[in-house]
Amino acid sequence: MGRTFRIPLPALAVSSLVLVTTALAFVFFVAPNDANQGFSQRIFYFHVSIAITAYACFAGGAWNAFRHLWKRDPRADLASYVCVHQGLIFGTLVLLTGSIWAKISWGHWWLWSEDQLVLFLVLFLFYCAYFMLRFSLDPGPQRANLSAVYALFGVVLIPVSFAAIRLAKGLIHPVVFTRHGPNFGGWILVTYCVAQTAMLVLAYTLYRLELGGKRLDLRLRDLREVLA
Amino acid sequence: MSYVRDVGALARKDLLLELRARDTLPAMLLFVAAVFVVFHFALPGTPSRLETSGLLWVAILFTALLGLGRAFVPEREQGTLDGLVLAPCDRSAIWLAKSLATLAFLVAAEVVALPLYALFFHRVGGATVAAVALADIGICAVGTFLGAMAVATRARDLLLPLLFLPLAVPIVVGAVGASVVVSPGRYLGFLALYDLLFAVVCWASFEYVVAE
Repeated sequence: MGRTFRIPLPALAVSSLVLVTTALAFVFFVAPNDANQGFSQRIFYFHVSIAITAYACFAGGAWNAFRHLWKRDPRADLASYVCVHQGLIFGTLVLLTGSIWAKISWGHWWLWSEDQLVLFLVLFLFYCAYFMLRFSLDPGPQRANLSAVYALFGVVLIPVSFAAIRLAKGLIHPVVFTRHGPNFGGWILVTYCVAQTAMLVLAYTLYRLELGGKRLDLRLRDLREVLA
Repeated sequence: MSYVRDVGALARKDLLLELRARDTLPAMLLFVAAVFVVFHFALPGTPSRLETSGLLWVAILFTALLGLGRAFVPEREQGTLDGLVLAPCDRSAIWLAKSLATLAFLVAAEVVALPLYALFFHRVGGATVAAVALADIGICAVGTFLGAMAVATRARDLLLPLLFLPLAVPIVVGAVGASVVVSPGRYLGFLALYDLLFAVVCWASFEYVVAE
């Protein structure tokens, strides 16, 4: 096991706190009001950056799953699980913020014409099934293998579902409208980047925290077995 | 060449078992007929073609789930899965043979279900038949794979629908699209792409599902 440099957890926690606070300040005080949607559009900064973070978590889960299957890295299985877990937490937030935004903008809590949101619902169900699968298997190599294979299915499912949902949209709503015009720059871009960084760092901090806890738990169990 | 022979032998075994025990296919046939009757009462009045073709796909998906759930359960109950895994053949041959056998059951069920649908609701077009053929491949490829996963768990076949339905959403989109639009080429192409993509993924990773 090579010793790679890892940012210490307290430093990560402090930086995510600072970044999230800065992002909140930017979103509420710096970013300009949207011409069409006014104040409520500000949820965009969180909604989109949380969505990207959730995708990053799922991608991380699949990458670790791949590492488990390919290199038989003993730490990869737990890392993959923790990534998917964080992804699901952020995915829930995406559904919540998306739903709130849809209610304010269009007057409905749920819109089937919003393909990103529908995609997230499908992914949400998929990764909930991942947990069902994982928790109905006993810990061991088989659980690690099955979880890894299912997590890899997820990265195949994401583009396929996206294409499918686009296709289904063409079936019902032939006109694809763009909500944001080309004027995406200046403070909007800066605010978005800050919010995105904040969410990614926050996700990474939570990932490290959970992974550390889980590893400690496993070590404790091993030690108890040695003593018993 | 020996790979094809292995797959053939394994698939023949499943078909022969079904021919003797008659477990799965009669259940699937009865189920799909009962689902159509339920649909008739669930849709008051005269449902449009758009509505019933959606329901046709729900019926096909659930009927397939019934067959898929049974695919690996007897192997696990009789303890024959270990024997199959130990057999001197490529592990993916097990998946391919099971998928082919399940596909045969599903097609047999649909040979009855589609005329029945035409009799009860609306006539079935050529595009729908093409979509059924393409969707069946995807359903059986992914479903058999997940069936093998599900029987390894404590929950057994209870887990299969949960694992399978999110992955079946793209199939439903492609299939329903192909059966309702005027020019279904795009949807059929999408279904073919889905089949190809997931068949390759399942074929490549089945080894990890059965081996420890």
